[in-house]
Amino acid sequence: MTSKSYLTMDNLSVGYNGKPLISDICIDIKKGEIVTLIGPNGAGKSTILKSITRQLQIIGGKVIFDQANLHSMSYKDLSTRMAVVLTERIKTELLTCHDIVASGRYPYTGRLGVLSREDEQKVDEALMAVHAIELGPRDFNAISDGQKQRILLARAICQEPEIIILDEPTSFLDIRYKLELLTILTRMAKKNGITVIMSLHEIDLAEKISDKIICVKGDHVAYYGTPEEIFEEETIRDLYGLDNGFFDPVFGSIELARPEGPVKTFVLSSGGTGIRVFRKLQKENRPFAAGILYRNDIDYELARLLASELVTEEPFLPLSDEAVSRAKDLICQCDEVICAGVEIRGINARLQELIDLARDQGKLVEM
Amino acid sequence: MSEEIKKEEQFQSSYHAENFKRRSRYIAVFAGLALAFFAITVININSGNVHIPIPRIIQILFTKSGSVKEVNIIWKIRLPRILMAALLGGALSLSGFLLQTFFENPIAGPFVLGISSGAKMVVAMVTILMLGQMMTVSSYTMIIAAFLGSLMSVGFILAVSRRISNMAALLVAGIMIGYICSAVTDFIITFADDSDIANLHNWSQGSFSGMSWANVGIGGVTVLVTFALVMMLSKPIGAYQLGEHYAQSIGVNIKFFRVALIVLSSLLSATVTAFAGPISFVGIAVPFLIKNAFGTSKPLVIIPGTFVGGAVFCMFCDLIARLAFAPLELNISTVTSIFGAPIVIFMMIRRRGGR
Repeated sequence: MTSKSYLTMDNLSVGYNGKPLISDICIDIKKGEIVTLIGPNGAGKSTILKSITRQLQIIGGKVIFDQANLHSMSYKDLSTRMAVVLTERIKTELLTCHDIVASGRYPYTGRLGVLSREDEQKVDEALMAVHAIELGPRDFNAISDGQKQRILLARAICQEPEIIILDEPTSFLDIRYKLELLTILTRMAKKNGITVIMSLHEIDLAEKISDKIICVKGDHVAYYGTPEEIFEEETIRDLYGLDNGFFDPVFGSIELARPEGPVKTFVLSSGGTGIRVFRKLQKENRPFAAGILYRNDIDYELARLLASELVTEEPFLPLSDEAVSRAKDLICQCDEVICAGVEIRGINARLQELIDLARDQGKLVEM
Repeated sequence: MSEEIKKEEQFQSSYHAENFKRRSRYIAVFAGLALAFFAITVININSGNVHIPIPRIIQILFTKSGSVKEVNIIWKIRLPRILMAALLGGALSLSGFLLQTFFENPIAGPFVLGISSGAKMVVAMVTILMLGQMMTVSSYTMIIAAFLGSLMSVGFILAVSRRISNMAALLVAGIMIGYICSAVTDFIITFADDSDIANLHNWSQGSFSGMSWANVGIGGVTVLVTFALVMMLSKPIGAYQLGEHYAQSIGVNIKFFRVALIVLSSLLSATVTAFAGPISFVGIAVPFLIKNAFGTSKPLVIIPGTFVGGAVFCMFCDLIARLAFAPLELNISTVTSIFGAPIVIFMMIRRRGGR
């Protein structure tokens, strides 16, 4: 992998009918990188991708692809180097999946487009790469959307591109094929040095697969960088204008907003036992308090986002008077104390006081 | 792992069997078409108001000897008419296939989109103008006039399709322009001289009668050259079946390709209209039947298949037009509609049901 820049968007402006939608895009992509565009619906992810694939005319600036101006290359030259997977549905008539994949060999076949033995082999390999070999002889119209997506990816693969551009390739795919598709892309990027540029809706997956993330928001690229730089709770909240939920950067998971209202339930937990309870309470829209959680406890990460009140303690210290008395106050206010399972030993011995208090008041629910 | 390999081998054998099956099917359908072509040609030569026994037909065909009347019937009337029906039928069907590819719509065709009617209108105008000036109208003039008329209609359809991407609306626009052009044509004919009317009226209803060898020569060259050009375009046509963006991404120069497709399909249908007037439904029904017979829409197979299929279909319809109520002759469109329209209706029902 070289460190040279490979595809550069230089002050690029993109949009429709001569009106710029997104301006001043300056992005530098290296060979073999996976670059993902994220951002809210209608932010212009597709517009950027369509401009790179030359479906749209660019409004200003330029795209440099391997030291040449992308928009002055001939379609023929570009076709052996860049492949696309688009969101638009294709209407076919009596064409098999094999036929669709074979169209990826177009740049390599002769005047009449007859496949050579080598081409046939490439088609088979591409079908195998997406685990869709059994779909080959079937009519493209008769398969599911998810299967179609895999066939279209195989089509792009057998075009043998250096760079592959995918517009929301994971839509229509179930979780298994989502993971499979992303695994295939990762393999192509890391093993074959193919550059991948795509847009994704699943920010959690984007975080895990991408080398670089482009955040598109409104009329500009809001952020560009590695996932480690981008995936801060604040950044994501700002990018999507989240006011009804959270993005948890530690697990890359998306959480709904915490329930509102007076706290009537207290949850005692440790080491992950609370997670199910937190989610259940949230689903039932019951605001709750949680504690006493050490800040290195896995329950803490979720309680931080979902609990209305949270009593915490510094790791590896005995529970302080302050924490214990605050927890006791909360228990007195609540109607119910759910004990999700705690292991009481050593430094957290004083949790027993909380359990006893709850039992005395007849509020204890053991799980 | 070994299971994977086994699965793979199994697949390979089944896949190659599949490929073999497909190729065998192509060969079988082509053979069937060739047979039908041959049979319908023989029947066509052999039948008519004047009965000529087969041995004499063979004698006349190969030696041109026999009674002058019979030689004339075979060589001056039946043969050019049969050849023209074949050529123009093929051209019309191929034009339909190209338009369906272009508009990504299986019920597009030169007649439905008003292209034939546009050609008819301009040809009628030119004919009456030139006859009024006491000039004779050559086949070339007719083709050029029809071509201009076709392009005019196509231009209108394209302008509409730029504003409305809805396919149904596009077809309605095509049918409307068809009516407008037909109305204008009728209007012109009403005010033309009596002697012109007889000819024009006949022609504007669509017929293969009265074809000469000169017609066959000019029509044949135009159609066959266009056919060859279309064959050369079979690769990008295949790419275009995936939509223009995918086609572009695999190296098709879309702008050039679209223009080429429109010019070639207009030229084909214009040639038909110039010689035989507007003929309905062939351009939709034949490509549909052929695609289903071959079980594919691959242009490399479908282009020649549609051409031969269209030839057979039109020769068959012409035979019926000549014989059904002999000595009266039906319009060719009357017959093509009777056979073509039900196919189109069936096609639309099946399409709905399949969803």
